[in-house]
Amino acid sequence: MEPILQVNALTMDFGGLRALDRLDLEIGQREIVALIGPNGAGKTTFFNCLTGIYPPTEGEMLIRRPDRKTKKLNGLKPNHVTEAGLARTFQNIRLFQNMTVLENVMIGRHCRTSAGIIGAIAKNKATRQEENKIVEDSYAVLEKIGLAEFVNEFAKNLPYGAQRRLEIARAMATEPFLLLLDEPAAGMNPLETRELDELIVRIRDQEGITILLIEHDMKLVMSLSDRIYVVDYGKKIAQGTPQEIKNNPAVIKAYLGEDADA
Amino acid sequence: MEYFFELLLSGLTRGSIYALIALGYTMVYGIIQLINFAHGEVYMIGAFTALIVASILTMLGWNEIAILFIASVVAVVYSMAYGYTLEKVAYKPLRHAPRLSALISAIGMSLFLQNYVLLAQTSDFMPFPSLIPDLEILEPIAHLITTPEIAIILTTAIVMVLLTFMIKFTRVGKAMRATSQDREMAMLVGVDVNRVISITFIVGSATAALGGVLIASHVGQINFYIGFIAGIKAFVAAVLGGIGSMPGAVLGSLVLGCAEAFFTGFVSSDYEDVFAFIILVVILIFRPAGILGRSDISKV
Amino acid sequence: MFGFEEIKKSFLTSLWFMFLTFPIMVIRVNTVQNIVEWRWERMFMIGIGSFFLSFLWRYLLERKELGQKKADLGEVDSIPWNRRIAREPRFYIPALIAICVFVLVFPFTFSLYQTTIMITALIYVITGLGLNIVVGLAGLLDLGYVAFYAVGAYSYALLNYHFGLGFWTVLPIGAGMGLIFGILLGFPVLRLKGDYLAIVTLGFGEIIRLVLENWNDFSFGPSGIANIPRPGLFGIQMSLHQATIYLYFVMIFLVLVTIFVVRRLQDSRIGRAWIALREDEVACQAMGIDKTWTKLSAFAMGATWAGMAGVVFAAKTTFINPASFTLWESIIILCVVVLGGMGSVIGVIFGALTLILLPEYLRAFSEYRLLIFGAVLVVMMVFRPGGIVSPERRIYQFKGTAPDKPKAEASTPG
Repeated sequence: MEPILQVNALTMDFGGLRALDRLDLEIGQREIVALIGPNGAGKTTFFNCLTGIYPPTEGEMLIRRPDRKTKKLNGLKPNHVTEAGLARTFQNIRLFQNMTVLENVMIGRHCRTSAGIIGAIAKNKATRQEENKIVEDSYAVLEKIGLAEFVNEFAKNLPYGAQRRLEIARAMATEPFLLLLDEPAAGMNPLETRELDELIVRIRDQEGITILLIEHDMKLVMSLSDRIYVVDYGKKIAQGTPQEIKNNPAVIKAYLGEDADA
Repeated sequence: MEYFFELLLSGLTRGSIYALIALGYTMVYGIIQLINFAHGEVYMIGAFTALIVASILTMLGWNEIAILFIASVVAVVYSMAYGYTLEKVAYKPLRHAPRLSALISAIGMSLFLQNYVLLAQTSDFMPFPSLIPDLEILEPIAHLITTPEIAIILTTAIVMVLLTFMIKFTRVGKAMRATSQDREMAMLVGVDVNRVISITFIVGSATAALGGVLIASHVGQINFYIGFIAGIKAFVAAVLGGIGSMPGAVLGSLVLGCAEAFFTGFVSSDYEDVFAFIILVVILIFRPAGILGRSDISKV
Repeated sequence: MFGFEEIKKSFLTSLWFMFLTFPIMVIRVNTVQNIVEWRWERMFMIGIGSFFLSFLWRYLLERKELGQKKADLGEVDSIPWNRRIAREPRFYIPALIAICVFVLVFPFTFSLYQTTIMITALIYVITGLGLNIVVGLAGLLDLGYVAFYAVGAYSYALLNYHFGLGFWTVLPIGAGMGLIFGILLGFPVLRLKGDYLAIVTLGFGEIIRLVLENWNDFSFGPSGIANIPRPGLFGIQMSLHQATIYLYFVMIFLVLVTIFVVRRLQDSRIGRAWIALREDEVACQAMGIDKTWTKLSAFAMGATWAGMAGVVFAAKTTFINPASFTLWESIIILCVVVLGGMGSVIGVIFGALTLILLPEYLRAFSEYRLLIFGAVLVVMMVFRPGGIVSPERRIYQFKGTAPDKPKAEASTPG
């Protein structure tokens, strides 16, 4: 299978600290891939490199879009990465707190729409239609993610689990083909985690979106992912199916060893 | 060549004053990442307090050195009190608010304090007694540098050494460094962060007040507006050196002071202030971290 | 609330403030005549004043913390007062009619002097609404806003002086010059974050003012430019009174245009991007919004209105010099935005009218104007950072399944 994301020897240095060390990674279409590793292993840094927030020191990041065009992610600004079809959520929730749930999702539609300043002032037919379309589409996303009941709430007033789901909804609104989830289950109770599990599978199955997630909840990772990458100190130490990872001695030593029952 | 040295020394004097004020900016910024807009006002209040004390004592016929000493002490004490109160009233309630709010509050405080002095005292320039006597031993070099100028440069050097000592070796200094690195973490290991912040404001205000007394006595007149101009210049200096870094603040101040002196001496005195602002703009745009600052990638 | 502990606290606070204000408030030296003036009655006033104010301060702080806790638990979702009025047609229709009538008859019933003051207030409404785009919506603290105001004013003055161009010709040119300067200055500075941006814009503002002051050949220096004509109306000769009334209606028209445009922008795709940028820059970019372009558009839009207002200002005063464009002017405009409510059109109008008209009518307070402005900025930030009028929550209409909230509401009143 042709990978839709291919990362070759990605390296990121912060001053003297090497956060990512020649990391290779590949994701095929419609896969759910998990990136795991101890705290500070460089997982979020990896996301930040992919999404253009940090410029990697070395290495190459390539995507193959659904239209079969390949594109290099190196040097793209975050918004251009999103336009290219990668969307992400944040580990420490970064919603637009003083905007409503619907507006948060509408922001996600920004890069797929085009009305400008002149259009905004003139409010001509095309602009009105586009604006209505944004509202409709955003509401549709909320319904899919199961947040329709909160549509006009301020994001800051949402329960914690719903805020995490709203991050996903907002990312979905940008029409990604690859969704990057940074610890989507952090702080969720078991029930919410189970719902999240179903939601992620549904996003993959119904929308055909490929998913790369960082997660600490091993139960979720094991049940959800097709393949797992394990990183430690910025280096890839293992990759494989959940079954292979479970039995990999290097992984057990570096990571699961401290948390054997997970 | 002599003209060059004259300009250089006047630049160093000017820079030393900026340094005394810039230290306060940089320390506060290092601890709570706030541009203390009202810092210049504390300096101005220090100068006014010194003026009042010195005038009364002069009328009573005291000796110059005693006046200088007492006026400086009173000015420093009052500036500390103002710095402390400023933080408690305008910044502490906003510790968890967006930075924009704290900055607007700081601007409000600056406006308030300026007009407070304007209304309570006067809008005119007040003559400031020359408190530092000319020493006879320095007569031979008087055409290059005057005694007050030497006093200013020396005071700055002493203050700098004392501050460095305090930051490096005392308990409070360690707590300050810890707080500026990571406030949450410092709190967890038992640092009383509120106290550290108060102390930072107090120390910064004290050095600013010293600067206030020295410059007022050197220039010979003050008004309610001196804090703003000096504050902006000192801020430029702090940014130039790398805000948050104390050696940077001093270096930046000396560089700015000399640059200004040469600019006015060789080019034009009309555009002196424009020159300072242009330095600020250029530095911020091309090297926001300053000369000695580290440019680090913000955490996401 | 009035327990012994509380009284002790307030007593100590008042002692502290008496100590603090002692040299500046009580003593005044006259170094020429060698007289010291002691003004003890002021110390007494400070003591009493701070004693009572400290109660109020603590009470308000407590209330704010309580409100925050409730908000954290998601308990309060009360409708702000302005929304409540805006919702009920039986309140807002009569109010609207009353305002219209008042606006129409104002220049004919009140004196020339008062009309002039009202024109000033309306200029602040326009600049306030412009700055509101930059600060209130996009969250970019611009302390050099007055520079664009100066650009507009000097555009009119100079174009009129050299080429004899009239008010209506220069009005769009002034706005355009504001836009151009906004883009020129905005481009380099908008990479900077928060407080750095504030300082650099302040620097630019001062540079422009100082250049105007020193470049005599271009701007006539501190002496300024006089005899700038008032706006004309098909070449009709008007008396001063008539010209002022005419200018008043021109202002009303321009304010309405500004409100219309600002409201449209605010409710558009661009406006949402501005707000998202204010809320979280990183997330905003990660959602595919071009940060530079969005910031630049907000900055330039704000500058455009400042340029336009500058033209009107020059036409109103018929004389301009650099002294009208100091940093404090920027801060007064900022005050208008902050007091009224960042991000709210009604709020800004309210803020401008309050801050400009009140000091004019309360003559006794006029010298305390800037003092009070300073205090207002601090107090507002501490207790009500959102301003007096909190920005509306926008409710959108959509088909789809109806949620339990009322959906039959058009975008936004207010």
